[in-house]
Amino acid sequence: MAMTMTQKILAAHAGLKEVEAGQLIEARLDLVLGNDITAPVAIKEFAKIGAEGVFDKSKVALVPDHFAPNKDIKAAEQCKVMREFALAKGIVNYFEVGEMGIEHALIPEKGLVLPGDLVIGADSHTCTYGAVGAFSTGVGSTDMAAGMAMGTAWFKVPEAIRFELSGELRGWASGKDLILHIIGLIGVDGALYQSMEFDGKGVAGLTMDERFTIANMAIEAGAKNGIFPVDARTREWAEAVAARCPSADRRYTEYAADPGARYSRTVPIELSALEPTVSFPHLPSNAKPVSKAAGVKMDQVVIGSCTNGRIEDLRVAARILRGRKVAKGMRCLVFPATQAIYLQALREGLVEALVEAGAAVSTPTCGPCLGGHMGILAKGEKALATTNRNFVGRMGHPESEVYLASPAVAAASAITGCITDPAEIMAAPSRADIAR
Amino acid sequence: MEAKGTAFTYGDNVDTDVIIPARYLNTTDPAELASHCMEDIDASFAKSVRKGDVIVAGRNFGCGSSREHAPIAIKASGVSCVVASSFARIFYRNAINIGLPILELAGAEKLAKKGDEIRVDLATGAVENLTSGAKAQGKGFPPFMQGIMKAGGLIEYVKARIASGGAK
Ligand code: SF4
Repeated sequence: MAMTMTQKILAAHAGLKEVEAGQLIEARLDLVLGNDITAPVAIKEFAKIGAEGVFDKSKVALVPDHFAPNKDIKAAEQCKVMREFALAKGIVNYFEVGEMGIEHALIPEKGLVLPGDLVIGADSHTCTYGAVGAFSTGVGSTDMAAGMAMGTAWFKVPEAIRFELSGELRGWASGKDLILHIIGLIGVDGALYQSMEFDGKGVAGLTMDERFTIANMAIEAGAKNGIFPVDARTREWAEAVAARCPSADRRYTEYAADPGARYSRTVPIELSALEPTVSFPHLPSNAKPVSKAAGVKMDQVVIGSCTNGRIEDLRVAARILRGRKVAKGMRCLVFPATQAIYLQALREGLVEALVEAGAAVSTPTCGPCLGGHMGILAKGEKALATTNRNFVGRMGHPESEVYLASPAVAAASAITGCITDPAEIMAAPSRADIAR
Repeated sequence: MEAKGTAFTYGDNVDTDVIIPARYLNTTDPAELASHCMEDIDASFAKSVRKGDVIVAGRNFGCGSSREHAPIAIKASGVSCVVASSFARIFYRNAINIGLPILELAGAEKLAKKGDEIRVDLATGAVENLTSGAKAQGKGFPPFMQGIMKAGGLIEYVKARIASGGAK
């Protein structure tokens, strides 16, 4: 029977020749991930199991990113539980403040996920790694505990929606605009239970950073995972990671959907038709083209998160903000997603340009993305953010508002103080220039 | 593995708020949660449900929040199985992980009236209405899933496997 890409990865990890949608399987895990919110709960459950150690010391990753650097005493206690567990169990991939980053940017950067891998994480945005052609999905703390002990998890095999991309992005339109557009199209439960498989000639033109952004938000359409085919760009990325990180210097497997695989539906998308897009409060699906959103006044702009805190995002922001100034009364916060990205941004002079423009550049943390710390909104305030969720109260007071957009729209809006089409500030560079 | 008992029937989209209202989430005590189970949709449920009884419902059972309290409340009230046309994804995962047997069966709500005697074979997925004689076939659970349900949940299952040296 012909299988989707996701189904093939699941079948291989379950030791089965084939699987079909709806089937329950037990699969082998290549990585189990947790953060400072979910891991402490999982560690408690893990203790109940009575396992001596984790199934594989190099296949568990613990990242204190949500309330770290420790926001308050409670956060410090949570992080301590994780740190002590990591030490006691000899977990190799525990990342202390100073080397940590936002988990979903850090894990691929450290080469802990490669094409064909199967990853679970006690965090809903674990779906990010579908960008490299892996199956990864968010689970609960109980699953994480069992996964750490056994190195296995159970799954119900999903069916898939196929997104057939054609053409090439134009102007300031980016991967973020594509995924906001898709969520607007199919709704926040449009892919419930299912995989979102991206495919078609248009994929080749998307940079790896854009693919991470797109896969990251699959959960915002209710999907179990989002996944990209493995192509020349993926291989180049994997080679670069392997050259940097010994953990990535291993064989990986490329899976591709079978010809004739069954999809619940196919959604064609012409990339050249997309414009910068903004999702209005309080759902990611309230997407509008920036031309219909312009002029809404903002109090804060946040550039960062596991969605858009990567180097290309910072390059775009710096390109627009360089030599200009953040509007009076506007707070512009920039969060590089990892230390390596931060350092790269320093070396490229991006941080200098951003700080000169009046942006506050922070150490990596989830911070304001989940209303944690470092940029909470007061009652009635509005923020434009490059993050992934704009639910009620997501960034602070229940009566504050979050608008989602790309780094280009965010940077342009920081300059004017209201939602702004970046084309009004400056002409877009060529795609080759953005991708470098 | 078999579940057998009296049917309690409900429609589509039974959400986690009616399964266990948020006002009772200040406890994690299963017995206390059970005493409020289904309160907002069926006030008599908690009093009349007996060990082994079966819930039969329509589509999207357990939609809403990710609270694990919902399947815990149902399990602690003695229900031996929930049979529904479909389940919300997180409820499905949570139910299995805490050891509440559930079975997906297209058109489940048509199979039983309240008070009918129902038998469910979790291994084969066969469902039988002993009162009306009606039969239907759902998808059975593979052995490892039956193992999780038999053990009373994922943590107990893994614990038993590790104790028996069967890790990995
Ligand atoms: S950056 Fe935001 S969405 Fe991403 S992991 Fe952190 S809190 Fe979650």
